[in-house]
Amino acid sequence: MVTAGEAADAREVVGADEVVVGAGEAADARGVVALVVDPEMPMLTLDDLGVVRGVLVDGDTVTVTITPTYSGCPAIDVMRDDLRATLTQAGYQHVDVRTVFSPPWSTDWISENGRRKLAEAGIAPPGRARPRVTGPIPLTLTPPPAVVRCPHCGSTGTEEFSRFGPTACTALRRCRSCREPFEHMKEI
Amino acid sequence: MNGHHTGVEEHDATNAYQSLSQTTGHDDPRWAFGTGVEDVQAEITSPVPDGVDAEDLAAYCQMLGDDALIYSHRLCEWVSNAPELEEDVALANIALDLLGQARVLLARAGHAEGAGRDEEVLAYARTEAQFRNVGLAELGDELDFAHAIARLLVFSSWRLALLDRLLGSADPVIAAVAGKGVKELTYHRDYAARWTLRLGDGTDESHHRMQAALDTVWPYVEELFRSTDEEHRLVAAGVAADPAQTRAEFDAVLGEVLAKATLTRPDRQPIGTIAGRGGRQGLHTEKLGHVLAEMQSLARQHPGARW
Repeated sequence: MVTAGEAADAREVVGADEVVVGAGEAADARGVVALVVDPEMPMLTLDDLGVVRGVLVDGDTVTVTITPTYSGCPAIDVMRDDLRATLTQAGYQHVDVRTVFSPPWSTDWISENGRRKLAEAGIAPPGRARPRVTGPIPLTLTPPPAVVRCPHCGSTGTEEFSRFGPTACTALRRCRSCREPFEHMKEI
Repeated sequence: MNGHHTGVEEHDATNAYQSLSQTTGHDDPRWAFGTGVEDVQAEITSPVPDGVDAEDLAAYCQMLGDDALIYSHRLCEWVSNAPELEEDVALANIALDLLGQARVLLARAGHAEGAGRDEEVLAYARTEAQFRNVGLAELGDELDFAHAIARLLVFSSWRLALLDRLLGSADPVIAAVAGKGVKELTYHRDYAARWTLRLGDGTDESHHRMQAALDTVWPYVEELFRSTDEEHRLVAAGVAADPAQTRAEFDAVLGEVLAKATLTRPDRQPIGTIAGRGGRQGLHTEKLGHVLAEMQSLARQHPGARW
């Protein structure tokens, strides 16, 4: 629940906001949500990332449902705060941001636009997530021979050197042609 | 400084949280030790499924949550101490995934219990005997990387098999945690298995140390497959998975990895129980006390601190 006084405060503290709408003038909530960016990968909007599961407007109340990428994704709290602040600034009196875990997020939900923006920012976009096989989940003792294009030189001669990168959703790879290391958003 | 947090009355130079609380960039203050997920997460407050005993559900969520919380805390000891930066990052990432699972499960436990305890209270205000994690989770690695890998191989192989069977749990929160957790644990297990291969099938020294680490961890394996009374009742209600049923899958995975790594499956006596009680019943090794002393010290010194 956000009061009018808090709304004024929120407007004051959201500095680098892309949405410029006067308070009291309820802009299209879906459009406002679409412009909020991911705090860890600001080249992507939350929409590009595929974490927005629903936007529901009822009078001056808006309910946004989001899902985290990984269980422990620390960005989820910042996403929630940013959504609340941006919608409040856009004139919504009551903003409710809900988090759901099911169905689990998949990199397949990243938009085509998002994939292009990732590559432009030097992060190799994910391939398609592998479908679940029946029976016990098999071990993968060597990295699967994925074709991951180097975002710097375009070569497909790249190799994974760590499954775990600087954020929960990326792996580290290096390019054998241009020798540059780069991040790869790993498929889940 | 936006002057928003009027709850802070006077300046106190000894209170580090005071300055933090005045620089918050958003419209709500945060508790220093977490952010309180319960009020904003849709699934956590869903009703206890019909025919399920709320007390059993709370206990079961605590078991699964405590395993993840305590294991996660032990893994954090590797941050800035792993042999290479990449392994530092990997172990921290694994800890973060487990911490995320723990938060949701403990929040659900608090909700099912209905006594007003949230995830923070359950994590920071319980004593040793109130934790229900298995012994394996509380073991320290003593900065022995082979030990970290052996322990992670065992833990992730077991937890993955367990969560895979919880995908269809009648409890929506457990099913949701399993849905995300299976994807995460698959990565954790592959990571541990690949390192087991490198070390086991590496030099004489690395082989020797990997085998020694497995031998040290092995007494804690048996406990993972012992079912509790709560689990028996919840299996019947469609909520829990019987850990005993995961043994065959665990053995197959370990068999495959150990054979390829030229390691020998240890033959060690399991740690015993006292009058049938073990970690699941709150009976722990002295190591858990050390974990809690560190994990809870800040929260106990500054209860309710916000920033």
